[in-house]
Parts: sequence; structure tokens; C-alpha cells
Amino acid sequence: MTNIKELSALSLLMFFGIFIPFLAPAYLTQFSELWIFMVFALTWNIQGGKMGYNTFGNIIFFGLGMYICASVQIGYAFNLADWTAAGGYKTFVHNTSQYFMSLPIGLLLAGIIPMLVALVLGSFMLILRGHYFAIGTLGLGIAAGEFATTMDIWGGGMGMTVPVWPKVDGQDLELFFGAKRNFFFYLTFILFLVTFFTLRWLYNTRFGLILTAIRDNEDKAEAMGIPTMRYKVTGWLFSAFFMGIAGALFGNINGYIEPTEVAFNGATFGVYMVLMTILGGKGTLWGPIIGAILFQLFKEFFWTYFLGWQLVALGFLIVIIVVFFPEGLMGWLRGKKPEWFGEVVDKKARLAQVTINTND
Amino acid sequence: MILIQAPFLNLQAILDGVMIGAIFALVAYGMALAWGVMNIINIAQGEFVILGGYITFAVYKLGFSPFLGAPLSFAFLFVLGFLLYKLIVNRVVDKDMFISILATFGISIMIRQIMNLIFGSQVETALTGLGTVFMFDHNITIALVKVSSFVIAVLGAIGVIYFMKTSKMGRAIRATAQNPRAARILGVNTEKVYAFTYALNAAICGLAGSLVVMTYTIHPYMGLPYTVRSFMIVIIAGLGNIPAVLASGLGLGAFEELASYAFGTEYRIGLVFLLLVFILVYRSKKLAKRREYLK
Repeated sequence: MTNIKELSALSLLMFFGIFIPFLAPAYLTQFSELWIFMVFALTWNIQGGKMGYNTFGNIIFFGLGMYICASVQIGYAFNLADWTAAGGYKTFVHNTSQYFMSLPIGLLLAGIIPMLVALVLGSFMLILRGHYFAIGTLGLGIAAGEFATTMDIWGGGMGMTVPVWPKVDGQDLELFFGAKRNFFFYLTFILFLVTFFTLRWLYNTRFGLILTAIRDNEDKAEAMGIPTMRYKVTGWLFSAFFMGIAGALFGNINGYIEPTEVAFNGATFGVYMVLMTILGGKGTLWGPIIGAILFQLFKEFFWTYFLGWQLVALGFLIVIIVVFFPEGLMGWLRGKKPEWFGEVVDKKARLAQVTINTND
Repeated sequence: MILIQAPFLNLQAILDGVMIGAIFALVAYGMALAWGVMNIINIAQGEFVILGGYITFAVYKLGFSPFLGAPLSFAFLFVLGFLLYKLIVNRVVDKDMFISILATFGISIMIRQIMNLIFGSQVETALTGLGTVFMFDHNITIALVKVSSFVIAVLGAIGVIYFMKTSKMGRAIRATAQNPRAARILGVNTEKVYAFTYALNAAICGLAGSLVVMTYTIHPYMGLPYTVRSFMIVIIAGLGNIPAVLASGLGLGAFEELASYAFGTEYRIGLVFLLLVFILVYRSKKLAKRREYLK
């Protein structure tokens, strides 16, 4: 992609990121979710797209970050066990300084602890290859949800609430021209920008090349003297860090954390990230972003007009995407209109290629 | 702990485990069939099981014996599997395995939600009215329905294996599993074989599901653990090794019962998934070791 195109796309995103609170204040939550979904897809793309390891397990870091951030936020000011026992905010209210002192610590830990977990999990999970890795991580994600259900300190299967936005003189604190929703909208936008630029830098380094080499042929990469295991784990660390913070922010936006429906929801969020990346085109930098935008549009449409049938529609969408656009929309477009992507096309050579393929 | 204090519980757990293990083995056999012949991993396996259970449950609600539901579930799921193959699965058979995993995952989400909308999200069970046998001074209880479901599962498996060994279609399926290209050259309609295999897999799951609803409970969201169990059994036993499928199915059932006595039932599903991860990692460590010898 040329620089002009990338710059214009980025400035469009920047425009939306800065001015949405003024343009469409009613849709702030949806847009915050969109930034988080972009982080989902971007980080999934490190494994699924760049490295060729199709994981269903990145949801673990998301849920873990969510719980850790909420626990730190609450634990900073109150006793966590008392909080969950009392059902949350009814009896305990954070004041302004408690809220804004605990939030950064929570966010930081929500990034770091999932990273440590990824280090441990990655050291044995990333031995698995191909579909064994896919199903192994699927199992891990569901096991995490099941075990979170048994954690009484986090409210078990009942879930827990996160701290409410602090009040000043009975009014919600004003910050960034609005209250809680604006504040978290900008935080998710910043998270997206940081993730995007980190990955953009990462893919241009030697590290990015090695990830691609692992996808193309891991044994050969190993034979070339690359310690592939170390690179695979490092790639997972990046995913875990950003997913953890995304989870922390999502928990705060949602206001309520529950193990299997919100935090470790492999059947929705865990699949969304795969779907968004494939929809946009995996292995590219911009594919996940395009996929996330399209997916969020689709999701809001169905969740609004076909409530009750939305998950049926989701299953249907998965099937459609996988069956008809396995290379993603970008890949599909590339096949149809290669000249848009700056590829020189020789009609004759292309036809010849097609005939060879059909004879096979 | 409790298992050491009450030794009879061990026997009870193993008996219960073996009887549910037969159902796991049946489902796993279906998965091995689809995996071996078509090279797809069917994530919708568990949803087929639960759907079969709901059909038997509907028969039971209409006032008939749930045993009547078993052949009905078998037939209904056969048709459903055939339709799903013709609509969706045939487009992903020769693609990358992850594509088929995702596609069947999509199918499983659809079936799960449709079941949730039609049957509601209560936990359901069908009562057969069979009694219970007490042994060893009431220390061991054996529900007759579990015994009969065990017998039906074994008979069903024997029937399918007999079909695979003797009928013309069974031979075609086995030929396709060995080498689809050669089978096609020799005049086997592999497209038809694939459709039949997927339908048979679904039908086996339906039969297993009707046994599940009689002996245990069903719920729209309980499908995925069955998929994972059958995946686990297949990778322990290997494709096409029927006695090993049966043995590891029974073993898994016994393990689950013992573990849920030892740690508590709330950990049961979590432990199943952890066991899956453990087996996968152990397996590839072993494979990696073999690779080192080759160096």
C-alpha cells in the first residue's frame, strides 16, 4: 500500500477517533467497542495471519486482563471479598483520586500479568502445530472460563461489578467534554493507536520477517538457525499485553464482569477476532482493521433488528465468510482486481494459470 | 480424600464412568469416521448429540417411550447431516483444515442457537421409568437405564462397524479413506461417499444424543464438551483403531467420574478441557522426541 493511501486512511481514522464524541454521541459505546475489536483483530493477526498459528485462546488474556484490572481498581480502595459479597457499588463508592490512582495501575497490571501467563502457556502450547494448536487453545479458553466460574473472590458464576465513575457534588465528573463514556472512548482509541503503530513497526523488523518465515515453513526456518520457539512465544507476549489492556477497558465500559458470557466468551469474542481478521484479509496490516469495521456494522445491524436470532446470523456469517471468502475481502479483491494492488497483470499468463489449476 | 475414605465410591464412579464412556466412544467413532474419510474435524459434533437428545425429548414429551426416540433421532440427524453436507461442508472438504474447523464451528453456533430458541434454555431429561438395582448392601446403585443405554451404544457401534465391513457403501467409504484419488479412478463416487459419511456421522451422534437425554441431562449449550471429548478420544486412539476408541472412551468416562468425585462436579468440564491440553502437549512432546532421534 502506498504511503498516500495509508496516510489518508490513518487520518480518516484519526478524524473519527477525535471527533466522534461530538458527531455521534449516542453511538460512543459502539465506537469504543469498534476500537477494541480492531485491537482484537490486530493482535489475533500476529498469530493467525503472520505466524500461521490459528489460535482460539487469545480470549484468555482478554478475560484475565478484565478481572485483574477490576480487582486492582477495587482492591486499591476496598477489600475485594467484601465488595463481591456486597454485590458491588451499592455500599462502596470510589472517590476521584482513588479512581484515577487505581485505574493506571490496573491497566498496567492487566497488560503485564497476561504477558506472564502467555509466557508460561506459550512455552508448551506453541509446541502444538496446525489444527492441534487450534483445538488445544479452544479447550484452554473454555477451561479458563470454567475455572473462573469457581473463583469465589471474583463472584464465581454470578460475576462482579467494576467501580462506578466518581461523582463530584452529586454530578458525574466531567472529563474530556463528557463523563465516563468519553473518557473510555479516548482510552480505547489510544490503545488502538498504540497497538497499530507497534505492530506496524514490528512487521517491518527482522522479527516480522521471522514470523512470516515460521508461517511459510517452520521446519525450514528452524533449519536456518532461527530459534522459532522463542519468536513464537514473543509474538504471543505482544498479543497478550494488548489483549489484556483491551479486556481491562472493556470491563470498565461494560460495567459488569461475568466469567463465561463476558470475560472468557470463546463462542462470541473468541470467534469474532478470527472472523474479523479473515473477513478483512489475514496476514496484512490493514485487513484486520477493515474486517473489524465491516464486522461491527454487521453486528450492530443484526443485534438491533434481529435480536434473538443474532447468533444464528453470526453462525451463518461464519459459514459464508469461510466458504466464499476464505482469503478475506482483500484477498478476494486482489484476485478480482490485481491492478488495484499495484500488481502487473499479464492476461495471457493469468489465463494459462487458471487453466492449469482447473486441470489438476 | 473422599475416594480413600469410601472405597465403594471408586467402584460406583468407575461403573458410572464406563457406562457414559460408551456414549463418548460412539460419538468419537463418528468423529473418527468423518476425520479419516473427509479429513475434516467436525466441531458441530456435540451439537448433533444435543440435537439428537432434543428429538428424543420431544418424542418423550408427546407421550411415547424415549426408546422410540432413538431410531427417530438417528434418521432425523442422518437427513440433517446429508443436507448440511450438500449445502456447506462439500465446499470445505478439500480446503485447509482450519477452514473446515471454522465452517463447522459456524454450523455449531447456528444449531446451538436454533435449539435455544425452539426448546428454551432449561436443563431437560427424559424419564424411561426403568428401575434401579442396588448391590452390596445399597453401597452401589446401578440405574437400569444406564445399563440399557450402554447396551444400545455397543449394539449401535457393532451395527455401524458391521455395515462398514460388509456393505458395498462401507467398502467404498473405506477405499475413499485410504486414497480418494485411487478410489475415484476405480469408479467410486467420492462425492456420494462424503455425503453419506457426514450423514452417518451425524446419525451416530443423534443416536448417542438420545442415550444422553435418557441417562443424563441436556441443555442447548452443552454441546462443545462432547466435541472436545470425542476429539480427545480420537487423538488418543488414532484414526481407524476401533478397539482403542472404545477403550479410551470408557477410560475417559471413568476418569471424569472419579475426578468429579475427587474435586467436585463444578470442575468437571474444566478438567476435561485441561486433560485435552495435557494430552495434546504430551503427544507432541513425544513426537518431537522421535524427531530428535532422526537427526
